Amino acid sequence: MNDQQTATVDDRSAEDDRSAEEDRSAEKENGVLLPELVAHLREHRTPLRQAWATSINDSHLLSSMTSQEVFSEATSVYDNYVEVLETGSVEALQHYARDLSERIIPRGVETHEVVGIVLLLRDVLARSLFEKYHQDFDLLNRVLDAYEPAANRIANTVAVSFVEQRERIIRQQQDSILELSTPVLQVRERLLILPIIGVLDSQRARQLTEQLLGGIRSHRAKVVVIDITGVPDVDEAVANSLVRTVDASRLMGAEVIITGLSSKIAQILVTIGVDLNKVHTVGDLQGGIEEAERRLGFQVIRSSDARP
Amino acid sequence: MLGRDLPGTAEPLRFSILSQGENLIVSIHTALDDTQMTRLKADLIETVGRRRARGIIIDVASLDVLDSFATRTLTRLAHVARLRGAETVVVGIGPEVAIAMVQLSLQLDFVHTALDLEEGLQRLAELTGTIAGHAFTPARHG
Repeated sequence: MNDQQTATVDDRSAEDDRSAEEDRSAEKENGVLLPELVAHLREHRTPLRQAWATSINDSHLLSSMTSQEVFSEATSVYDNYVEVLETGSVEALQHYARDLSERIIPRGVETHEVVGIVLLLRDVLARSLFEKYHQDFDLLNRVLDAYEPAANRIANTVAVSFVEQRERIIRQQQDSILELSTPVLQVRERLLILPIIGVLDSQRARQLTEQLLGGIRSHRAKVVVIDITGVPDVDEAVANSLVRTVDASRLMGAEVIITGLSSKIAQILVTIGVDLNKVHTVGDLQGGIEEAERRLGFQVIRSSDARP
Repeated sequence: MLGRDLPGTAEPLRFSILSQGENLIVSIHTALDDTQMTRLKADLIETVGRRRARGIIIDVASLDVLDSFATRTLTRLAHVARLRGAETVVVGIGPEVAIAMVQLSLQLDFVHTALDLEEGLQRLAELTGTIAGHAFTPARHG
């Protein structure tokens, strides 16, 4: 009984040993195959690189770059690629991909192009491996087993770095647009103007309200002219947020005059039925400022008309 | 003396009603609960009649929030005061309070608003046609 149990345990441990041995041998094989692969790619660097650049041109990718530029980028991507295959560390490639994205994004290179060229390189290299090992199908299989995961990881890394870089640029631009977008300017004592240019979304509308109310307090404003000549389109949400801004300003003791309602926007407002009855509107910015001056008791006179 | 028969008399007053010429100035010290708010309304309406006030200024700068109850109380107060011949100006609503109020769709009907006490006095002067403090003559009159 006891002997039998021991025997079973022995069997199992022997099995474990065998499978572990297989794992180790696979690892060892990878350890042998990858350097071989890398050596192959190093050796055939020039023709492979050329084949890749040609296939990039043939598939009309990176059309915004000259063929010399494509070739030199291709060279550095190729070298990085081989290096990652050799070392297995994607950090250098990540860094390079970020750098590359920074250079090519302003030139209008699209995500599908970047992903496309990396996949092309994968295919070009895979073809060369086919060519080299086509006599020994078994060896080819094992070489591809070593190559494919590494290649896919590289393609993944480059694509992700590119998209991340792109998103970072978009976020930066959004931030700078937000910073630029809502100046609150004092034109007379107690009179502020707020020229709004560009699309008003809910985030911008909220920021605008906050800046305006802060401006009312710090400039002790009594009248505010909001000019929306530069707003291309309004919808119900934008109109309602304008009404709320006007209400909030009134609570702080400032009157608001809205100017620059184009006929199109005015018609939209009437159609969607936003209640602008409580909002004072004047045709254009000049009219708005004149009305505001009247309310504040200013009178602008041409100096030649002024009595001596 | 004020608000003798109202609840909350034991508590110290959290507001004071000052008289300046024809105007009453209400200064709120700290946040008011609903009881104190009701008491403010009652005291103020009583004082308007007694002092024959033409204008009321309520300074809410020390309040972090004007909720629906406070808004409704102020609106009623202003309506009643108008019926008794006084205009009400609420001053000192800060940006955050104003944004919160419009988001909650709270309206201050019958109530005028101004930035601070000084502006409020000027506003009352315009409304009641008297010159308080320094002269304010809009161009359309001159």
